[in-house]
Amino acid sequence: MLKITLDNLPKLLAALSELGELQVPCENKSGKVDFEKWNAEKRPRFDITLTSKSAKDLFFPQVEDLLAFKTKGKNLSIEQIMPSDKKVILMGVRACDIKSFELLDKVFLKDPVDTYYKARRENTLIIGMACSEPEETCFCGSFGIDATAPGGDVTTWITKDALYWQANTEAGKTLTEKVADLMEEAEASKVEEQAAVTKAVLEKMPLANFKVAGKIPQDELKTFNSKIWEEISAGCLSCCTCTYVCPTCHCYDIRDYAVSDNHTERYRCWDSCLASDFTKMAHGNPRKTKVERFRQRYMHKLVYFPNNNEGDFACVGCGRCLQKCPVNLNIVKVAKALEVSEDV
Amino acid sequence: MQKIAELMRAKAVELLQSSKAERVLAWRAGEFFYDNAPAAFNDVDACQEIVYNEFCPANLAKYLIEATKQQKKTVVFLKPCDTYGVNQLLKDHRIKREYFYAVGTPCSGMLDVKKIKELGAKAITQITCEDNKVIVETPYGTKEFAKEEVLLDKCMMCKGNEYKIADEELGEKLEPIQFVGDRFAAVKAIEAMSAEERFAFWQEELSKCIRCNACRDICPACSCEQCIFDNQEAPVGGKAAADDVEEQLFHLIRAYHVAGRCVGCGECARVCPQGVKLGLLNLKFIKDINQFYGAYQAGEDATTPSPLVSYKENDPEAEEAVQRRG
Ligand code: SF4
Ligand code: SF4
Ligand code: SF4
Ligand code: SF4
Repeated sequence: MLKITLDNLPKLLAALSELGELQVPCENKSGKVDFEKWNAEKRPRFDITLTSKSAKDLFFPQVEDLLAFKTKGKNLSIEQIMPSDKKVILMGVRACDIKSFELLDKVFLKDPVDTYYKARRENTLIIGMACSEPEETCFCGSFGIDATAPGGDVTTWITKDALYWQANTEAGKTLTEKVADLMEEAEASKVEEQAAVTKAVLEKMPLANFKVAGKIPQDELKTFNSKIWEEISAGCLSCCTCTYVCPTCHCYDIRDYAVSDNHTERYRCWDSCLASDFTKMAHGNPRKTKVERFRQRYMHKLVYFPNNNEGDFACVGCGRCLQKCPVNLNIVKVAKALEVSEDV
Repeated sequence: MQKIAELMRAKAVELLQSSKAERVLAWRAGEFFYDNAPAAFNDVDACQEIVYNEFCPANLAKYLIEATKQQKKTVVFLKPCDTYGVNQLLKDHRIKREYFYAVGTPCSGMLDVKKIKELGAKAITQITCEDNKVIVETPYGTKEFAKEEVLLDKCMMCKGNEYKIADEELGEKLEPIQFVGDRFAAVKAIEAMSAEERFAFWQEELSKCIRCNACRDICPACSCEQCIFDNQEAPVGGKAAADDVEEQLFHLIRAYHVAGRCVGCGECARVCPQGVKLGLLNLKFIKDINQFYGAYQAGEDATTPSPLVSYKENDPEAEEAVQRRG
């Protein structure tokens, strides 16, 4: 394990930014902390537990162009618009968000492989950061995620005075070799101490004993027909907040945009199963009511996804939906209701 | 507030049992003290779960659209400020009076958990409110705040404790938050900017938007059957934060569309996950309407037509309006 004092941290960041586009949590113009490209003027906010939005934008941006159609006389040309092949170093990712990349991989890297996602994913090196001040809305532990050992190509821990650094993968080791000069050898004891304190705090959090695995009936039809849906969805506004801030939600729409008479761009943008026009076909939206659409989001996360992915739920317990839903509906409420519902 | 919750539960049960209504709209407790959710309660047993405390900011007015569609007589608990939204929905013919029974519910100001967190309370395990103190427990120790520090922005512009529509009132009215200062101060500051500065200000502000549409979906004045921004035929994507121009147009069109109907409830700004200062846009319209056509408060009642849809001979001409604005 290596370490660098916090006073010297800007030197490490500068060195990393020479090796690729360094993305770290920074306060943006909204006063929110989100991943942003670092430069010497920017102060990283590693003190914030979670970024406002998740890091999925880095691989799966909210809007991206896919193709361009251009006509010239009678000729039509089609160009694929690929993401740039710049190297990205994504630093300060928490354990829950790192797990979310693994889940997104199951969607986008399975056949048929999503070339756009793959290109970005392969060009990105991930530096995880252990949590030391979890929030009450955190429940990563419910999914077996260890907030104090986030993984990634490199794992880091921040204490009062230093950043500790441990390479995990080959790519992580190669990166470490390039910046090791700036750091010194360190014992793991400080990090272990911190982890013990963090775990003690996590145990005091309101959701410490909240479990999903084994609690929710995985019988698709039974859960689908549960009588909880009508009542629990009543307050939902059908906005897209929960979907957009969620690190594991991955639905998108593909649309065409006419740039000019002879130039059209095909782009994709995030979509949400809560939206009234989601998967709208000639006959309309197959899920006509809010109840059905609301049910879809949670059935997907809690039942369909695990049934198709070796039991992995499509939730990592980051708690963003708990923090951001305008009417305080969220996956915990749904999971608890399903658990106690006698009819499932 | 605990007493009010008891009164609410009793009232809900009474109204269901006397068959005055089929269902009840109120708030249900969450995982933490501060995350009560708007919820429907369909029977007497369920009504025992009704909660009320300093964290029930959501206006239940908009759920009455659903009640009207389902033609189910619904009890709705309304804080004084919520009643304006109900009147506006009535005026816009989006809800019908025969489908709801309004119970005025006293309020002494709602609190903002975001402010509590911004002031440094992390990992909240308990919040207690005593008079003007808010005590927050965390594993790192107890923090105490003055109520004014952590009031919701919308409550700092409290319109008072009168119910503008109610079939009955629950208990005694509570002392409303005293609003101090000029509610248009922030708007005036923007008006004082040069055109370029103003453009830059709004460009930056609106570019934060992620097009989740929460602001639209909670708004009691945004009640179209189908929003123009959900139109699949349109060449632009209503849910894609595709480019700044679209976001700006979305907000400008929405602001114009609710002008004269916006009740100034502040819900749009409260729910925005990106902290876009939406209230400023609406307040600007309210200020201009007041100035051009005389003081007007949308939602004050369910009948007075908005100045923007009525004609008076002394209405200012466009040129005059510009002059009057100075
Ligand atoms: S659950 Fe909440 S955030 Fe999600 S769509 Fe419904 S109201 Fe919006
Ligand atoms: S469902 Fe909520 S808690 Fe789970 S990953 Fe998504 S935003 Fe986080
Ligand atoms: S303040 Fe916002 S949410 Fe309230 S009526 Fe006006 S526009 Fe709608
Ligand atoms: S709530 Fe905020 S982020 Fe969402 S659409 Fe409205 S302004 Fe944009």
